[in-house]
Amino acid sequence: MSEDGFRAAVAAGVIGADDAYGSLLRSIVEVARAIFSAQRSSIFLLDEESDELVFEAVAGDEEQGLIGTRIPSSTGIAGWTLVTRQPLVIEDLTQDPRHAREIAEKTGYVPKGIMSVPLLVDERALGVLQVLDRPHRPGFTLQEMDLLGLFANQAAIALDLLQRSRRAKTALEEAGGDIAVVARLAAALDELVEGDRAKALRLLEALEDVLRQ
Amino acid sequence: MAEGAEERNLPAWSLPSGSADLIKLDFDWPERVTRAWALEGATGKGVRVCILDSGVEPDHPRVGQINGAVAISIGEDGEPVATTDEEGDLCGHGTACAGIIRAIAPDCEIHSVRVLGAGYTGSGQVLLGGLRWAIEQEFDVINMSLSTTKRQFAEVLHDLADKAYFNRTILVASAHNMPVESYPWRFSSVISVGSHAESDSLRFYYNPNPPVEFFARGVDVDLAWSGGVTIRATGNSFATPHMSAICALVRSKHPELTPFQLKSVLHLIADNVGGRE
Repeated sequence: MSEDGFRAAVAAGVIGADDAYGSLLRSIVEVARAIFSAQRSSIFLLDEESDELVFEAVAGDEEQGLIGTRIPSSTGIAGWTLVTRQPLVIEDLTQDPRHAREIAEKTGYVPKGIMSVPLLVDERALGVLQVLDRPHRPGFTLQEMDLLGLFANQAAIALDLLQRSRRAKTALEEAGGDIAVVARLAAALDELVEGDRAKALRLLEALEDVLRQ
Repeated sequence: MAEGAEERNLPAWSLPSGSADLIKLDFDWPERVTRAWALEGATGKGVRVCILDSGVEPDHPRVGQINGAVAISIGEDGEPVATTDEEGDLCGHGTACAGIIRAIAPDCEIHSVRVLGAGYTGSGQVLLGGLRWAIEQEFDVINMSLSTTKRQFAEVLHDLADKAYFNRTILVASAHNMPVESYPWRFSSVISVGSHAESDSLRFYYNPNPPVEFFARGVDVDLAWSGGVTIRATGNSFATPHMSAICALVRSKHPELTPFQLKSVLHLIADNVGGRE
């Protein structure tokens, strides 16, 4: 095995990708809701294999059960945002009964207003962030749009990094063999408390000496 | 007059001495270009505007009759094909763009080319196919309230934008207010549009700090939406049809203008340049 392979294994072992991923998604929607003083915020992520948008996170405890709901990737406001890469703010969606009903079925909540922004990293579109029912302040919308774009950019970069580490971890686990052992060892070491970790490290250093002889 | 390129059946790659008459303009350029000269009294009559978007709802009260609607899809041979669109608008957005254009240039023709709604995968190919088809139809104005970040499409999009520009088709595209590279709005052969926050639909500004070239009305715009309803929304994608409609007005009054000349006129009549008197 190459040195790079071991390094990747150690990296994948110490990153708790799954826990961090859920926490990050939740954090993104909660910060988005707070920034805009909004009632709700949610994230749809693109599942490229099925070509669908998946409802992955929502700020607020009420609709957690709807996480995992899927919608076509290019219809409706979320789909339009994803495919055109353009942010969009709609102030009064209740005038559009068809969309209001569709959104309610998918997310359990009928918004009056929607800010919808694509999550973009380089040339890839990861999904859509939506902020629902923020208070409308006349004359402030363009700055809000710019702020939403900046925040979505930061969120997308973080999401991309975690998605990469999840993929690396999956690949290592599927590869099995000696790389997976190193990853598991690194993860176990990472979870130890200070004193135990020092002892474990001494043991590993002794093992290293033996292996190098 | 010296023997000109036209008489010798040569392409116009050079202009021999004494043959300036060969490229004489067919109209008198005014001493001063004003809004009155550019668009006063214009209704968009005779101008064909194409909306490359999610489709347009037929007979929406704010849009009225449209003059054609096709949907682009990928055929069995992997190539984009255009078929008559029976579904209307799959989102509401294309109808919104059509309504803005109808309100400003009431007598223009509106043609819908639906490039959205068939899924994320393959959407880039559909977009390119739709734009290519629209350029082949020689529309006067093509409204693109959308962009792509896929670099693999950038070169083809660039070529298509130039083709439109040289074929006298004016391509109007939404700028991106996010820190990403996207196309085609960054190309200098298109008219790129961002939003200003004022409520006058004919007010627009020239931006001396490109790549965004013009700012048009894009905040709190009342829009035609699918289902025959009206909603209020904000975004560069709504500023773009305002600029497309203004292009349609100028084109209807001055059909002889090339895209370069038309962009020059837009600059001269922009609210921050001094054409509005």
